[in-house]
Amino acid sequence: MLNTDAKLSSHIFTDAIEKASTRDGFGKGSVEIGKNDPRVVVLCADLSESTRAEWFQKEFPERFVEMGVAEQNMATVASGMAAAGKIPFIASYAAFSPGRNYEQIRTTIALNHVPVKICGMHAGVSVGPDGATHQMLEDIGLMRMLPGMTVIAPGDSEEARKVVIAAAQTDGPVYIRFSRAVTPVFTTSETPFEIGKALQLWKSDDATIAILSTGSLGYTALVAAEALEKEGIRSTVLHVPTVKPLDEAAVLDATRRVRGVVTLEEHQAAGGFGSAIAEFLSQHQPVPMRLLGIKNMFGQSGDPDQLLEHYGLDSLHIQEAVRDLMEG
Amino acid sequence: MALTDTEIAKLEKHAEGIRETIIEMLVEAKSGHTAGPLGMADICTAFYFHILNHHPEEPDWEDRDRLILSNGHICPVRYAAMAHAGYFPIKECLTLRKFGSRLQGHPERLRLPGLETTSGPLGEGLSQAAGIAYALRMDGKKQRVYCLVSDGEQEEGNVWEAAMFAGKHKLHNLTVVMDRNNIQIDGMTEDVMPLEPIADKYRAFNWHVIEVDGHDMSAFIAAVDEAKAIFEKPTIIIAHTIPGKGVPEIEFDYRWHGKPPTAEEGKRFLKEIRTMSGKVPHEYA
Repeated sequence: MLNTDAKLSSHIFTDAIEKASTRDGFGKGSVEIGKNDPRVVVLCADLSESTRAEWFQKEFPERFVEMGVAEQNMATVASGMAAAGKIPFIASYAAFSPGRNYEQIRTTIALNHVPVKICGMHAGVSVGPDGATHQMLEDIGLMRMLPGMTVIAPGDSEEARKVVIAAAQTDGPVYIRFSRAVTPVFTTSETPFEIGKALQLWKSDDATIAILSTGSLGYTALVAAEALEKEGIRSTVLHVPTVKPLDEAAVLDATRRVRGVVTLEEHQAAGGFGSAIAEFLSQHQPVPMRLLGIKNMFGQSGDPDQLLEHYGLDSLHIQEAVRDLMEG
Repeated sequence: MALTDTEIAKLEKHAEGIRETIIEMLVEAKSGHTAGPLGMADICTAFYFHILNHHPEEPDWEDRDRLILSNGHICPVRYAAMAHAGYFPIKECLTLRKFGSRLQGHPERLRLPGLETTSGPLGEGLSQAAGIAYALRMDGKKQRVYCLVSDGEQEEGNVWEAAMFAGKHKLHNLTVVMDRNNIQIDGMTEDVMPLEPIADKYRAFNWHVIEVDGHDMSAFIAAVDEAKAIFEKPTIIIAHTIPGKGVPEIEFDYRWHGKPPTAEEGKRFLKEIRTMSGKVPHEYA
C-alpha cells in the first residue's frame, strides 16, 4: 500500500496525475531561492530556455550569467564566483556538464570544495529524439566518485524544486540530475524532503522484495509494486533521490528481511545508483540483487516511453526482474 | 609613482632571497619545477612586496587583492614569496611536496591559507580569476584581481573561453600576467604549438595588452599601474622572462622545466644566485 506518511499525490495510479518535467522544478526552485538569497546566481551555456534557466533570468537578470557554448569556462567561472561569496548554479545538458568539463569540476569545484551547484539537464534515455550524444548515462557514476560531492536525482518536478532550494542551503558542491521528459508528479508540497534522506513510497507487511529507485523512475517502481501486489508479491519501494550521501539506515531497513532487491535507474547499470546500493549492501547486508539500468550501451533516438521499454526500464521489466529473484 | 633606486634595490634583494629559498626547497623536495619558479621570482616579489594590498597575518581579509596562480606547478615561487612576506615561517618551505605538508606539489587552497584557488591542471586559472573579478564587481567591490598564467597553457581551449568572457564583460579589475618564457615540457613553445602572435590574439579578444621585461622590476610595476588605469578592458601583461633566471647554467634550457637540482647542483646554483654569477663577492657563497 502507499505510504501515507509520504503524503503523495492523491491522483497516483490515475490518469489525472499531473505531469511535468524535473527541469521545471529547477526553474521554480531557482526563482524561489533567488528571492530569499541574493548570493544565488545562475550561469547557463546557451541553453537558457531548455534548461529553464531563463525563468531565473527573467526575475533576476543582473544575477544571470550567459556563458555561451563554453561548459569548461562555465564550471571554472562558477568556481571563481563561489570563491568570491556567490552560490552559483550552472546549467547545461549533463552530456556537456559534467560530461565535457569533468576535470574542471574535479579540480576547481570538488577538490577546491566551493559551493557550486551543477545542474545536469536532459539526463537519461528519456531525452528521446535527440539520440545518444545527448542522452547522458554516465553522470551519476562520474559525480559520485568525487570526494565531497553530493549527488541527487529528484523523482519529479515538485521534488526537484525542493532539491534546488536545499542545495543552495548546503555547503559544498552538489550535482543535481534533471530530465527533459514530462513524468508523473507523485510527490506534493507536503512530502518531506531532506538531502540524504530516502522516501518510502510503498510498503507491505512482510515484504519479500525491495525495489529501490532514483530519479523519475520512482513512479514506475510504484506502478510495478501495485501490479506485483495483485499477483500476491509483497514489496517495498524506496525512492532514493540522494545517491550520495546514501541514506544507509533507510536502505538497511528496506532490505532487511527481503529475498531480493531490484534497483532502477536511467543510467548505466555499471557505476551508477544500483552500483552504489550494491557496494553498500554487499558489505553490510548481502542480498541477491538485480540492477536495472542501461547495460553497457549508448542510447538512440525514439520516444521516451519507447526507449524506456526498449532498455528494460518499464514496469513490466521490473516485474520480470522481481519474479526472477523470487524464483532464484 | 616611479620607485626610487633604493626601493628597487630592496625589492631585488627580496627576489634574491626568494630564489635562494626556491633552490633550497627543491633540493630538499627532490622533485618539482625549477625554471618557471626562478623565472617568476622577480614578478612574485613585486606582487607580495609592492603591488598587492594584503595582510599576511590575516590571509582571508575580505578586501584583499586576489592573486590567482593558474600554472600551479610554479608554486615553489609563490610559497617562497609568501613565506618571505610573512604568511608562514620560511623554514616551512623545506616541507614542500612532503607527506602532511601544507605545501602540496600543486597548490591546494584548503590546505594553506593565502591561496585563492586549487590549481595545477592548466588553463583553468584565468576563468576562475574572471569569475572572482565578475562577482566582486557585481558587489561593487574595489579590489583588484591578478592572475599568473604560463605561456604553454595558452594551448588549452579553456583559456580562450575565459578570454572571450573577460573581454565581453570588460573586466577592468582583472590583470593577467603571462610568464612568456617560451618553454614547456616537450620543448620550445613555438616548436610544440606556436603561440605567436600572442599579443595580437589577446587584442583580438578585446584585451589591453602590455609587453614588458619580466625582470625589470620598475617596468613591471609600471605596467601593473597602467593596467589599473584602463577602464574599458581587462589587461594582460606579457612578461618576457628567462626560465631559470639567476642561474646562468640553466637559463633558457627547457630541460629544467620539470626537474629539481641535486644537492650538488643546488650548492652551485645558490652560489650563482648569491654572487650574481661571480660578479659580486658573497660572504656565504
